[in-house]
Amino acid sequence: MSARQWRRDLAMGTRFAFAGGREGWIRALLTAVGVGLGVVLLLLTTAIPNALAERHRREQARSDHTFSQQKIPKADDTLIVLDADTAFRDRDIRGRLLEAEGPKAPLPPGVSAFPGPGEMVVSPALKELLASDDSRLLRERLPYRVTGTVGEQGLVGSQELAYFAGGKGLADRLDSASGARIDSFGNPDLGRSDPWDPVLLLLVLVVFVVLLMPVAVFIAAAVRFGGERRDRRLAALRLVGSDSRMTRRIAAGEALAGSVLGLVLGTGFFLLGRQLAASFEVFRVSVFPSYLNPSPLLAALVAVAVPTAAVLVTLLALRGVVIEPLGVVRTAKPARRRLWWRLLLPLGGLALLFPMVGQGNDDGTFNQYLVVGGVMLLLVGVTALLPWVVEAVVSRLGSGGIAWQLAVRRLQLSSGAAARMVNGIAVAVAGAIALQMLFAGVEDDYTAASPYDVSRAQMSVDVADGADTASTVAEYRDTEGVREATALSDVHLGDRRGEADTYVQITVADCASLGEVATLRSCRDGDVFAVRGSQYESETAHLAKPGTTLWADPDGHPGSGGRWVSWTVPQDVRQARSREDPTGYERGGLLITPGALPEKLGAFTATRLFLSLDPSVPDAHEYVRNTAARLDPTSQPMTWQVSERNDRYDTIRTGLSVGAACVLALIGASLLVSQLEQLRERRKLLSSLVAFGTRRRTLSLSVLWQTAIPIGLGLLLAAAVGMTLGAVLLRMANTSVRVVWPSVLSMTGIGAGVVLAVTLLSLPPLLKMARPDGLRTE
Amino acid sequence: MTFPAGSLLTARDLRKAYGPTTALDGAEFSIHPGEVVAVMGPSGSGKSTLLHCLAGIITPDSGSITYDGREVTSMSDAARSALRRSEFGFVFQFGQLVPELTCVENVALPLRLSGSSRKEAERTALAWMERLEVDELRGKRPGEVSGGQGQRVAVARALVTNPRVVFADEPTGALDSLNGERVMELLTDAARSANAAVVLVTHEARVAAYSDREIVVRDGKSRDMERVV
Amino acid sequence: MSIGHTLLGLLESGPRHGYDLKRAFDEKFGHDRPLHYGQVYSTMSRLLKHGLVEVDGIEAGGGPERKRYAITEAGITDVERWLATPEKPEPYLQSTLYTKVVLALLTHRDAADILDTQRSEHLRSMRILTDRKRKGDLADQLVCDHALFHLEADLRWLELTAARLDKLREAVTR
Repeated sequence: MSARQWRRDLAMGTRFAFAGGREGWIRALLTAVGVGLGVVLLLLTTAIPNALAERHRREQARSDHTFSQQKIPKADDTLIVLDADTAFRDRDIRGRLLEAEGPKAPLPPGVSAFPGPGEMVVSPALKELLASDDSRLLRERLPYRVTGTVGEQGLVGSQELAYFAGGKGLADRLDSASGARIDSFGNPDLGRSDPWDPVLLLLVLVVFVVLLMPVAVFIAAAVRFGGERRDRRLAALRLVGSDSRMTRRIAAGEALAGSVLGLVLGTGFFLLGRQLAASFEVFRVSVFPSYLNPSPLLAALVAVAVPTAAVLVTLLALRGVVIEPLGVVRTAKPARRRLWWRLLLPLGGLALLFPMVGQGNDDGTFNQYLVVGGVMLLLVGVTALLPWVVEAVVSRLGSGGIAWQLAVRRLQLSSGAAARMVNGIAVAVAGAIALQMLFAGVEDDYTAASPYDVSRAQMSVDVADGADTASTVAEYRDTEGVREATALSDVHLGDRRGEADTYVQITVADCASLGEVATLRSCRDGDVFAVRGSQYESETAHLAKPGTTLWADPDGHPGSGGRWVSWTVPQDVRQARSREDPTGYERGGLLITPGALPEKLGAFTATRLFLSLDPSVPDAHEYVRNTAARLDPTSQPMTWQVSERNDRYDTIRTGLSVGAACVLALIGASLLVSQLEQLRERRKLLSSLVAFGTRRRTLSLSVLWQTAIPIGLGLLLAAAVGMTLGAVLLRMANTSVRVVWPSVLSMTGIGAGVVLAVTLLSLPPLLKMARPDGLRTE
Repeated sequence: MTFPAGSLLTARDLRKAYGPTTALDGAEFSIHPGEVVAVMGPSGSGKSTLLHCLAGIITPDSGSITYDGREVTSMSDAARSALRRSEFGFVFQFGQLVPELTCVENVALPLRLSGSSRKEAERTALAWMERLEVDELRGKRPGEVSGGQGQRVAVARALVTNPRVVFADEPTGALDSLNGERVMELLTDAARSANAAVVLVTHEARVAAYSDREIVVRDGKSRDMERVV
Repeated sequence: MSIGHTLLGLLESGPRHGYDLKRAFDEKFGHDRPLHYGQVYSTMSRLLKHGLVEVDGIEAGGGPERKRYAITEAGITDVERWLATPEKPEPYLQSTLYTKVVLALLTHRDAADILDTQRSEHLRSMRILTDRKRKGDLADQLVCDHALFHLEADLRWLELTAARLDKLREAVTR
């Protein structure tokens, strides 16, 4: 077989792919769009690691935290950076206060000139937000004049909200606020400290496989659009003298042309989507178009694998077909589908995964190749088992209504085609069920139950060192939306001057606030209480004895003037029972009302406010943040939530949902296309059925059955395989196996919904085609 | 034109246009119970359109069609479908047997559409297949039988509901003479013995010769030859 | 085929001499068998005797060849009846049918009517043959089939002619 002949036949197939007038073009375009969408998903997947790496690189490059204990002295190349992060509604804003200490101070990436005091440079997204109508509260909080924008180099995403504001005298705040004096930006060590948890890695791997498998199945289906018409054309070629090998090569050429066009379209879609991606924020992550660069190797792999797969699938599909000059003969009675090798695939998958059971503990590792291989084999097993299941079940289906009979008989005649249609959905659903189970199973591990009691307070904020507590509390009490402000000041005193053996916690607050941390029978200003019932009780008992002298360490308290201060426990210490404060902490030590606190100890206290908000004021959080920013731009009020999730876990789950939705939509589209094609081929038959009085309802119902039976079987199989896979994955993650029925049902429900939608969408064309006009031959 | 008393199906002044093409331009028709009427005429003359109108498959733009004293043109789609199911039978040139169903299931189809149980429908279907000498094909699918056999299966299907009118549109169009004649013999014999009327659209004289009389359609106008002579 | 009716038909378009009649007949119908003068004269005298034609005038110089004939009312009725009567279906009837069609076109009658009537007559015969065939033995069937196929050929000719009437009208009235 000479290469020239191959080339000639492939070229001829290519010509056929686009010849044949309007219909030929439409078919080629459908194939190309199908393949193209698959290619987009593939390219996107190959680009994601790069995008994440790029984000990470930029995060490192702009890092202004030194993490080192060594402090550098003021010089003409130093810069003071203070954190001034804030949030608006549910979006986080990265904020920094800058003050250059000399002409050679380093500029942050993306910033061309330091903003002066009262000025700021903002990211484009923040600029937009500030300009919008409902951001009045944010404008109040950031009262700086905007003098420029932060360039792409200084941002990790197109939609990131960030600002750099200029400040004065920031060096004085270095001790009290989060920040540092630096002489350069960037910290190469950042991020290396946080390796992926093996279970998280497992999740990510499985998500990728689960999303990509249906795409592969989909591409395989897309290159077979218009199969029957192609077979007829090939028969015509046989009539004029091409041999059966040539015919196969010509068919391969057709598929090749369609998939190459698909590759081109897909690349186009991808580039287009990349530009669009800049204006989207998916689960709080946005990217710049330049981030989405598939690695050349992976892109090349896609470019080679897609056309190769298309050709292979075509050749495989033609295996069971004998193309004769006078028409296409399907091997009259196709060999009964064998079960054993079909079972081999999922069993092989299980065998690959099994050795890793129980590896999901802290220092366990998963072999990535085994995980990917095992999951893939299990899912491919679905596509191998489904045709067998459909055939076995359909051949046993018996009597029923006329619509049922029409559908069942059709399925019996071509159960393979039916199974092929459903394969994509079955694989997607099986994978999604497994993932949902895995997620639900490990959810507890990654969702720390928050100890905060949100019924008592919804926000907390620290009072800046040196600020007057009483007036600060008053400020917050006057803030709109704040119902109650509880102020708790803490100071720890040691048992001796210098390095102490034990410390006792002293909490200073007014009587109302003390009620939040202990059960007091009565309280007047000037009272001192010793707390019982706390886990620190032993030390409290030892140090809180009246007459004991305790010492406050001046280190870290700039207001103290660097002098040790002593305090003697007064005689009339009353007993109180500890109670969990709003953060869930049970205090020990001593509780002091402000009247009993010596003036000199005031400089040593750190005060935290607990704010209870009025739920009827929608922007209460924003008012509080504004007050905080007005008092101290570097303060960072905390918003309390019922539970705190591991962010990364959240991201994966959102990614799965979005991906599954895209994949199912894609498969739904391909289902619709093949459904319509099939209807068009039966136009005449439909018309004659209507002529002798078949109700439209019967026809519609038979179309529904015809899709619903294989889909139902597919979903059953998918549920079984998915739950098996999920159970194995859970065992691997060392988590107890538990089937989450709602998620199994919802995933199968979504699959069923896609079928229903496809059937509904194909009904109008069906009813249009099933008109007697179709009988006209003249 | 006045129609003789006792007509089962009559049409007067039928007009039907497909876009700019006029298919029927004042066609008339009548048929008695048990009568076989051939509708002849050149290709494109409108004979198939006439048949489709008479059978209630399409509605004419104007004119009236009376079946058994009822006006067909004013019936709802559902009512016309019911009429086609229970009172009419159909034989077309091709493309009419459902390829997935076996022959006996195809024949039983109209009965099942009218609500008969599957068993009963298939028993009746088999009886008709015996009459049309195709009962040995019961388990075969249409793809596995010859054209003549398939057409006989189609005739059995048209007659299985004991229709009062059988509409046959070029029923022998795809068959050779011998097979075509056999189909016509069986069709007309069975129809006559059941006192069913047959509307037979054909352009072949030897097929039309199985009729009792013929109507010629030319340029959308019909001529009833018996009443002219 | 009837020469008498044909000549009568030719006279319908206006009175002619015997010689003109022969020429017109030869030109339109006598491609392979031209008429003898004697045939014309004997036919005309028979028609004269039956009152279907009359002598319109005699040219100076005398002699029977100079007589001019015109058709009478009775003659027109006779042509009418002849045209309307279908021929008994038999092989080789086309020349008669052809004559009828051309004459109908020449005299602005409805030629399609003639064809339809003929088709109907043919079908009647075919029905009888079909019926006999269905009841008879194999010999009967073969004999009937032979006749049926010939009749079918005629019918095809009828169809074809019907489809070409417009062209034919153009050709003969030119």
